[in-house]
Amino acid sequence: MSTALALPAPPPTVRRRVSDLLYTRRGVLLVALLAPPLLWFGVIYLGSLFALLANAFFGLDDFSGVVVREFTLKNFVELAEPANVDIVVRSVAMASAVTLACVVLGWPLAYTMARHARGAQKALLYVAVMLPLWSSYLVRLYAWKLLLAKEGAISWAAQQAHLTWALDALLAIPRLGGPSLSLSTLGTFVVFVYLWLPFMVLPMQAAIERIPASTIEASADLGAAPGQTLWRVILPLALPGIAAGSIFTFSLTLGDYIVPQVIGDSTLYIGQVVYKQQGVAGNIPFAAAFSLVPIVVVGIYLWIARRLGAFDAL
Amino acid sequence: MTAAVTLERVSCVYGSGAAAVRAVDDVSLEIGAGEFFTLLGPSGSGKTTCLRMIGGFVLPTAGRIRIGGDDVTRRPPYARPVNTVFQDYALFPHMDVRDNVAYALRVRGVARAERERRADELLALVQLAGAGARRPAQLSGGQRQRVALARALIGQPQLLLLDEPLGALDLKLREQMQSELKALQRRLGITFLFITHDQHEALSMSDRIGVFADGRLEQVGTPAAVYESPATRFVAHFVGAANVLDGDAARALTGHDCAMLRPERVALGPAAGARAGGVVAEVQYFGAYTRVRVDAAGTALQLDVPATAGEPLPARGDTVHLHWDARAVHALATGGARRSEPDVPAPARSAEGVA
Repeated sequence: MSTALALPAPPPTVRRRVSDLLYTRRGVLLVALLAPPLLWFGVIYLGSLFALLANAFFGLDDFSGVVVREFTLKNFVELAEPANVDIVVRSVAMASAVTLACVVLGWPLAYTMARHARGAQKALLYVAVMLPLWSSYLVRLYAWKLLLAKEGAISWAAQQAHLTWALDALLAIPRLGGPSLSLSTLGTFVVFVYLWLPFMVLPMQAAIERIPASTIEASADLGAAPGQTLWRVILPLALPGIAAGSIFTFSLTLGDYIVPQVIGDSTLYIGQVVYKQQGVAGNIPFAAAFSLVPIVVVGIYLWIARRLGAFDAL
Repeated sequence: MTAAVTLERVSCVYGSGAAAVRAVDDVSLEIGAGEFFTLLGPSGSGKTTCLRMIGGFVLPTAGRIRIGGDDVTRRPPYARPVNTVFQDYALFPHMDVRDNVAYALRVRGVARAERERRADELLALVQLAGAGARRPAQLSGGQRQRVALARALIGQPQLLLLDEPLGALDLKLREQMQSELKALQRRLGITFLFITHDQHEALSMSDRIGVFADGRLEQVGTPAAVYESPATRFVAHFVGAANVLDGDAARALTGHDCAMLRPERVALGPAAGARAGGVVAEVQYFGAYTRVRVDAAGTALQLDVPATAGEPLPARGDTVHLHWDARAVHALATGGARRSEPDVPAPARSAEGVA
């Protein structure tokens, strides 16, 4: 064609040679891209985890307080003591309750964000969900301490609404209650739910958004009332998102050691034990053994979730 | 003929104020029981909105919809005796094929054994017996199509809506599914409301066709009536290829103010007795025929030369003489030019190119 312009071949500069090499040898590109994250993940992340695992099998010299690098199962025997089992059970129960509450509270929000909100409305909801994450965790924690205190905003509001009796009834529940909300397990639960809710809403929202509108229409078309569609189509298809969110809420609650220290009835959770053992007590091996508990629990949780088909729709 | 579906002056407006779009504009239509009815139109013409209103996914802004005599205008989709085959099939990815097909029975509380028996029957009907335990993701496009069909038929609807169900299939499979769908419809006697933008599909499958443009029904009639006697210029252009002649050229060549002449009704011939003559501007080879564009009497005329052994085809620049039977000319109303009038017969051309 007379109109075609013959482009001159580009000069073989170094940059072009590198580009050519990366283009023709995909393996080189793959190694170049993956080496930094793999080094980070492999050495620093997994390395420290294995160091922790190894420490769990060491002992502590009771007199000198020095770690004895000899294989022992003493830490795990200690872990099985009733007081420690109690801590594990309490922590797992709290993590489960927080996760469940986050699903129930977060679902309507996530569903609205994914299927109904448009444009500015959607942006506003995103900001509303993310906004708490922009300020310090400690600031929000102490804000809650004030809200939940005996002279705090919540008991004041209850008093104004003549509902003090209801609050008192709540606080009278054994194990959950206490002298005030900020000194009760109920308070710990409320603050945990507040802190981790965004981590549940966002993955749920992403999962609900991925459900094709036509599958929901098809369900209605085939005679399913809205409740049946929710139960048989939307929830199963959103399950991977719920599972992802629950891993966040569950493991974050399981590992936290600050919230129960500030708000609660001073019973211990896993995180606090680990914190105390490695700090005040200097018993790194026992702290290591205790911190393996959440890893094992989350592992079992994931295994059950997989067996129940939570990831089938992925 | 009892009516399966009646639309009474139905309109659907999206948005409001200056941005309002009249997706469906005052459409009235009656589809008989057991009929294979096709809504044909370009994308954005309102045919899908029309189907979604019948299915219950969109509520009409005005007008009434009756199915089998019942007013269903405000009823939700799950309370209508209608099922839909969706364009993207919309199979449930977390259920196996049998559960997908049995879904309508499951939500109605039919016992497991019974619904599985019925699902297997329906799977056999669409020639997918034995695929019940597979997941939708493991099926080919054609198989998913069949599952969607079985799933929509299991509730024994009075009316089956099909939203461009064959659009995603390749040509051979599409032709096969066309004849299977038609055979299935005859066998079950269910009313089919089929949506397509493919004129060949519409012509070959339907008992009647409704041609949509700009939210309005341009013409309703049998395939032959729509093709032979289009009511408007739009229909003439959209269904098949057409020469639409206007003004002086129309009066000189046909004696009408506005007329349509199908390319296959025009033939090449000797100079003696020719109705028009001109120079070949373009030659397009289609296999079964060759389309020739001739500049004649100040207008462009298309004609199809059938592939007959031994006859030489005209080449660009040749002078040719055109013949046609007076009965091949179909007079059109003048001034009927509407908003969506294509300047060139683009939809017809491209559709022809697919075939």
